[in-house]
Amino acid sequence: MIRAIDLRANDFALFGLPPGFALDRTELEQRWKQLQRQAHPDRHATQGAAAQRVALQWSVRINEGYQRLKDPLKRGAYWCEQQGQSVGAHDNTAMPTEFLLQQMQWREALAEAAGTAELLPLQAELDAERAQRLAALEAAIDSQRDARAAAQQVRALLFIERFEQQLHDRLDRF
Amino acid sequence: MALLQISEPGQAPDPHQRRIAVGIDLGTTHSLVAALRHGHNECLPDAQGRVLLPSVVRYLPAAAQGASSGSGRQIGWEALQAQTQDPANTISSVKRLMGRTRADLAASGVLGRLPYTVVDGVGMAALRTVAGDKSPVEVSAEILAALRQRAEDSFDADLYGAVITVPAYFDDAQRQATKDAAQLAGLKVLRLLNEPTAAALAYGLDQAAEGLYLVFDLGGGTFDVSLLRLSRGVFEVLATGGDSALGGDDYDRALADALLARSGLACHASELPLAERATLLAEARRVKEALSGLDDAAQTLPLAATLQGRALQWQISRADFDAATAALNAQTLAAVRRVLRDARVAAAEVQGVVLVGGATRMPALRQAVAGFFGRPPLTNLNPDEVVALGAALQAQQLSGHPATGDDWLLLDVTPLSLGLETMGGLVERIVPRNTPLPAALAQDFTTYQDGQTALALHVLQGERDLVPDCRSLARFELRGIPPMVAGAARIRVTFHLDADGLLSVSAREQGSGVEAHIEVKPSYGLSDEQIAAMLQEGNASAEQDMRARALREAQVEAERMAAATRSALAADGELLRPEERAAIEALLQAQAQARLQEDAAALDAATEALAEGCEEFAARRMNRSIATALAGQNINSF
Repeated sequence: MIRAIDLRANDFALFGLPPGFALDRTELEQRWKQLQRQAHPDRHATQGAAAQRVALQWSVRINEGYQRLKDPLKRGAYWCEQQGQSVGAHDNTAMPTEFLLQQMQWREALAEAAGTAELLPLQAELDAERAQRLAALEAAIDSQRDARAAAQQVRALLFIERFEQQLHDRLDRF
Repeated sequence: MALLQISEPGQAPDPHQRRIAVGIDLGTTHSLVAALRHGHNECLPDAQGRVLLPSVVRYLPAAAQGASSGSGRQIGWEALQAQTQDPANTISSVKRLMGRTRADLAASGVLGRLPYTVVDGVGMAALRTVAGDKSPVEVSAEILAALRQRAEDSFDADLYGAVITVPAYFDDAQRQATKDAAQLAGLKVLRLLNEPTAAALAYGLDQAAEGLYLVFDLGGGTFDVSLLRLSRGVFEVLATGGDSALGGDDYDRALADALLARSGLACHASELPLAERATLLAEARRVKEALSGLDDAAQTLPLAATLQGRALQWQISRADFDAATAALNAQTLAAVRRVLRDARVAAAEVQGVVLVGGATRMPALRQAVAGFFGRPPLTNLNPDEVVALGAALQAQQLSGHPATGDDWLLLDVTPLSLGLETMGGLVERIVPRNTPLPAALAQDFTTYQDGQTALALHVLQGERDLVPDCRSLARFELRGIPPMVAGAARIRVTFHLDADGLLSVSAREQGSGVEAHIEVKPSYGLSDEQIAAMLQEGNASAEQDMRARALREAQVEAERMAAATRSALAADGELLRPEERAAIEALLQAQAQARLQEDAAALDAATEALAEGCEEFAARRMNRSIATALAGQNINSF
């Protein structure tokens, strides 16, 4: 059966995936390419202005959904928003003290590091923390269907992502 | 048995057959044009059988021009030969100046390496020649026009359009300048295509390659790296990077500087007088190219030059050259590392490294690349031609004449991040680099003061966090915001990137619906009026020419739209109610009437009316095709 679909469909419906966190990356990529094969403006290059404009809108929409679903954090945040739970990415106040203390320790370690070798343990610690929190995010979404708990994990992961960017900038300078 | 058809002389049996589309590689040192000819995708030669056109234009003094104005110039080989005798009027490497002000060029160090005089021009740098100040856009247009002429002579037909390649790392200003040059040369731009992507297309379709491929493209003046995944006809760019001010020219200069140091001359090549600089750099290039061709690495080559009154002579070995240029090789590998990191791919996962650009012939560079990846790079396509060939393949697809089956698709990305200035001179990134095209990304902003009714937006491109470190693309204002307390307004700014990677920005206050829209045409780009003025200067008949061209383009577009509409009605007519179908047919009828008049504007209007009338129909057809694709997927995966 062919389901009707239009530009307003949510990302999961657009990619024919069940709403949730766990996702097969290869399958997502294949669907993205399959959809772009239908929609990309280059595939409608000789079909006149109306088809070109519609193709552009769809192609943009498909890329938007792809970028969101591909990234675990954006996917988690999107799921939360679909449940009516805003992630409030810029809101620091809701974070537990314990997490904020850990952040401060990391920042100090980064500031004091004198070379690449000293940053490697920090990188390993970040990787471990991220893996643990991604697992917790998956459980919150796929098992518990708890949007508030999921949003909390997304916020923590956003901090980690931003910190990792600073770490990479620092590594580039050594 | 069907009888063979013979058409009237000068008239093609099928107008589509005469729709010639070409690929153009507008290079720093050489340019090429490629097209499908006699069933082959090939680079088109000039009358002497040469496919390369040196990207060099020489301007001649007014006296040499005779009565006709604007024709006093030499393009290509003839100009290249004159370079050492007449460096000030012989413009080479103009690609490095596209979309750049004189101050930009001074800051990046390019200025001191050019053997001619650069002044401030309108919007961007200009070149002071005996025939007046010339914009880099005009110089590039001369080269493009020469290639257009070559293609039109090859086919004895007008061109329908061209795909023109640009370095992946070109920013918006450089892309706009390239598009302006094409317009000035009378070319319809079907697409600006990134050079490494073009090379991957030519390589991938030629070799039926699958997997992860890295294109390492070191041209005369630009360096690009792109990582692509090739799978079942989809060319997906994963990440791209490079340096738009690093190229083979820099190797010449590095060698020249090393020689000056060896002779105890306390100066750089950039500090020599124009004529001496041009001679020394040309000699350095000759020796560089000859060294690359030597089988015996120990052999030395002579280089002689008269500098500051001293006759100097050197013997140069490959080891000398490698020592002088090792830092440049390291610089290219740093960009490769960043691209791999962006794509989260390890060097060992890359299946093949495709070398593009004449500068990749240098043995030491090849060794450095091979050492980095632990495998020898692929060199089975001509590094000079592969970019133009890839562009021609896309030109054929975009003009409806696919050469190698139409079942391939290119999914490219934007090479540089785009953002807006926020409080404190910081850049808020809205479109990260390596975002797939086309794209639209939005971010909400708010007001800073109570009662603020306008918002100044400053659009920037680049990877750095501070405004002065990024390239300023445009400034615009959103006015008429209803007065509110600070922080209450919600202004959504949307960045749209089309399939060419060109940017437009719109801003909208969500509550009041106040909208501002801007096509980012950077301040150093040319306005349409400036282009029109240049066209008139260059050629008295240009205006007439343009009018005839506009009519032809309107006719081609009208025919295309009508044919597409008829075939859509035949294929999916059941998606329309009878009265909807009647409305479209009435628009078709009206457009057919307009095609009988020789009025480009009226015909364009009728075509646009038809396009608007078809939009809902086109949307329904696309919805159905997407739904069908998804249904097909689900059947396959269960």
